[in-house]
Amino acid sequence: MAESAVPPDDDLRRVPDTFTLPDWPRNCWYAAAYDVELKRQLLPRRIAAHNLVMYRRASGEPVALEDACWHRLMPLSKGNIEGDNVQCGYHGLVFNPEGRCVFMPSQKTINPAARVRSYPVVERHRFVWVWPGDPAVADPHLVPDLHWNDDPEWAGDGDLIHLKCGYKLIVDNLMDLTHETFVHQSSIGQRSIAEVPFEVTHGPNSATVTRWMENVEAPPFWRMQFEWKRGEPPGKVDRWQIIQFQAPSTIAIDVGIAPAGTGARQGDRSQGVSGFVLNTMTPETESSCHYFWAFVRDYNLTDQRITTLLRKGVAGVFAEDEEVLAAQQQAVEAHPDKQFYNLNIDSGAMWARRLTDKMIAGEAHDVRYERSAAEAHELDGSTTRVEATEADARRLGVA
Amino acid sequence: MSEPTVAGGHFLQARVRAVRDVASDVRVIELEPARPPQPYPSGSHLDIAVTIDGLPDVRSYSLVGERPVEGAYRIAVKKIPDSRGGSAFVRALRPGSQATVSEPKSHFELQYGRPDYLLVAGGIGITPMVGMAHALTRHGRPFKLLYAARTREQLAFAGELSELLGDRLELYVSAEGNRLDIDRAIDRLHPDGELYLCGPLRLRDAAQRAWRRRGRPPERLRFETFASGGRFQPEAFPVRVHDQGGREITVPKNRTMLDALRDADVEVMWDCRRGECGLCAVSVLHVEGELDHRDVFLSEEEQAGNRTILTCVSRAVGGAITIDTGFRADPQRQARPKANQKHHGSF
Repeated sequence: MAESAVPPDDDLRRVPDTFTLPDWPRNCWYAAAYDVELKRQLLPRRIAAHNLVMYRRASGEPVALEDACWHRLMPLSKGNIEGDNVQCGYHGLVFNPEGRCVFMPSQKTINPAARVRSYPVVERHRFVWVWPGDPAVADPHLVPDLHWNDDPEWAGDGDLIHLKCGYKLIVDNLMDLTHETFVHQSSIGQRSIAEVPFEVTHGPNSATVTRWMENVEAPPFWRMQFEWKRGEPPGKVDRWQIIQFQAPSTIAIDVGIAPAGTGARQGDRSQGVSGFVLNTMTPETESSCHYFWAFVRDYNLTDQRITTLLRKGVAGVFAEDEEVLAAQQQAVEAHPDKQFYNLNIDSGAMWARRLTDKMIAGEAHDVRYERSAAEAHELDGSTTRVEATEADARRLGVA
Repeated sequence: MSEPTVAGGHFLQARVRAVRDVASDVRVIELEPARPPQPYPSGSHLDIAVTIDGLPDVRSYSLVGERPVEGAYRIAVKKIPDSRGGSAFVRALRPGSQATVSEPKSHFELQYGRPDYLLVAGGIGITPMVGMAHALTRHGRPFKLLYAARTREQLAFAGELSELLGDRLELYVSAEGNRLDIDRAIDRLHPDGELYLCGPLRLRDAAQRAWRRRGRPPERLRFETFASGGRFQPEAFPVRVHDQGGREITVPKNRTMLDALRDADVEVMWDCRRGECGLCAVSVLHVEGELDHRDVFLSEEEQAGNRTILTCVSRAVGGAITIDTGFRADPQRQARPKANQKHHGSF
């Protein structure tokens, strides 16, 4: 699918934001929709505390606009698509994909200031990504790498889950798979995950947790897949989980089994079955998020039956996580005086959080946000949403 | 609030009953725990919760004597000039002060049934030996206690011990030119005898070398070297960070390895700073001297293996160590795999 470029109009790039100071960075790409979700229909979705309306142009290119008409703030998602434009359902104002108003009722001219915010948008790896931060620095090369999701060497599918927890709780969950032993006993859990040592490495923008379980029984989920590929059950296997985090919220997990001692750890996985669990989490609010996932495999690539079975199977596994994570979020809110205790198993999650928090801290030093932060603090002693001020707008040259 | 825990036991409150100086730089502190004190094997110690630079920490002190005295544990604390603050914290306790202490813990237990014993104490290392000397006397076992200090004023418990032991006690005061000859002392020990040693690193090294040279079984040389909670006196040591091009960072003797790494902008994870959570662990690739493990996270086997060190509390002595902090430059975006090399070993 084609990618649409960053909106070309310079002053549109510098539209002031509502200056939120949330628990996530804003200058990054967030998955906003699965490719199949986005049609010639208006899709409203709250992404990183921004209300968006998304749709496709006739050419298929995705569009993401602020979901509030310039005129009376009516959600544009309640309106209609008109060609490549969107028409407000209240008074009929029409906005083009750049957010410019191209039609106003009952007047011959168009107010030149009339526009809604247009967000940089890129479609890649089967996801539609939007950039909620400063459009001037929205570089498509920074889209997280989830290439396995549309790579001809891999086959699979996934889904979107709306979760009632902050996105960081999912990062924690995925960076420490010891929980599989206890949460997912019937599918992928096994004792050795909680027993075998793991290695954690970190880079400027990534963290990796590597765990090899050698000469173990294959859990049901993997035994089934081995049989699909090889036509016989596996004996003892070497199992791997290599969790690769890309800040702020993308995790690709290299997983699989191979018959024990056939060289998987040394690089030859040809005797086994491999997969990638692809995950990218998009904050919605402080306590909810959109969780995009896919499971792809490297065998029987054209077998649609397997694709469907695996998608349903993994969705069942994730339903177990959903319950845990929602309960955890509620407990976090019910115990505002308590903090997490961090164990050694949290090392990967701790690195992930540190990298993400660094991005957030880096943006906090942006002059545009500093003032807002100070004002937010004065208002109620917390860091919450603050509207852009006239001064902010002047600094940005859009007053 | 619940009582703090450190692996191996709960802490409880104790009242300081008495404080007295027993040598120029040694102070005995009597602690009455909230629950009646437990009997303990000789060689046991107490952990005391301390606050250093505003942060909670734990220091260990050997128990003086064979058993609690009238409902109190006795510890002896040396005044340490380079102390990171543990010694200063404990020495500031006054009668009536509250302290948070563990139950007695035993890592240095006297093994009964040997034909002969040699007890060697250097300086404050006398503390565990007092109880051992009493126990061996009570059991009528043959033994000698050799006690070395720099000056006569630094000898603690010398009167009590002299009365108890007579010529089984030998005092060595180096300032008076009377030095302990560890080699000769070992030569006098029965071939199946055991040596118990508590003292500074140099004394321990000398004893170990002499012991090895004579082909004596290593498990019969028992030692403990408490200093600010560790087995060794803290000393400055170089850390080579393998994953940062072998960059060398010196850990000052009064600073933790974690702090020294962070001062040098080496990124490490950490959380509890008490040797408890394990997050600050780094891989150890090479040790020139020895590691002084002071954590409660690693098992004894893991500590003995010397492949991991907790940077928040543990140290190295006797030379540099080389570590891997797990830093890896961000992996390149994976190229689209080609048909014949789908799996490569990079991940």
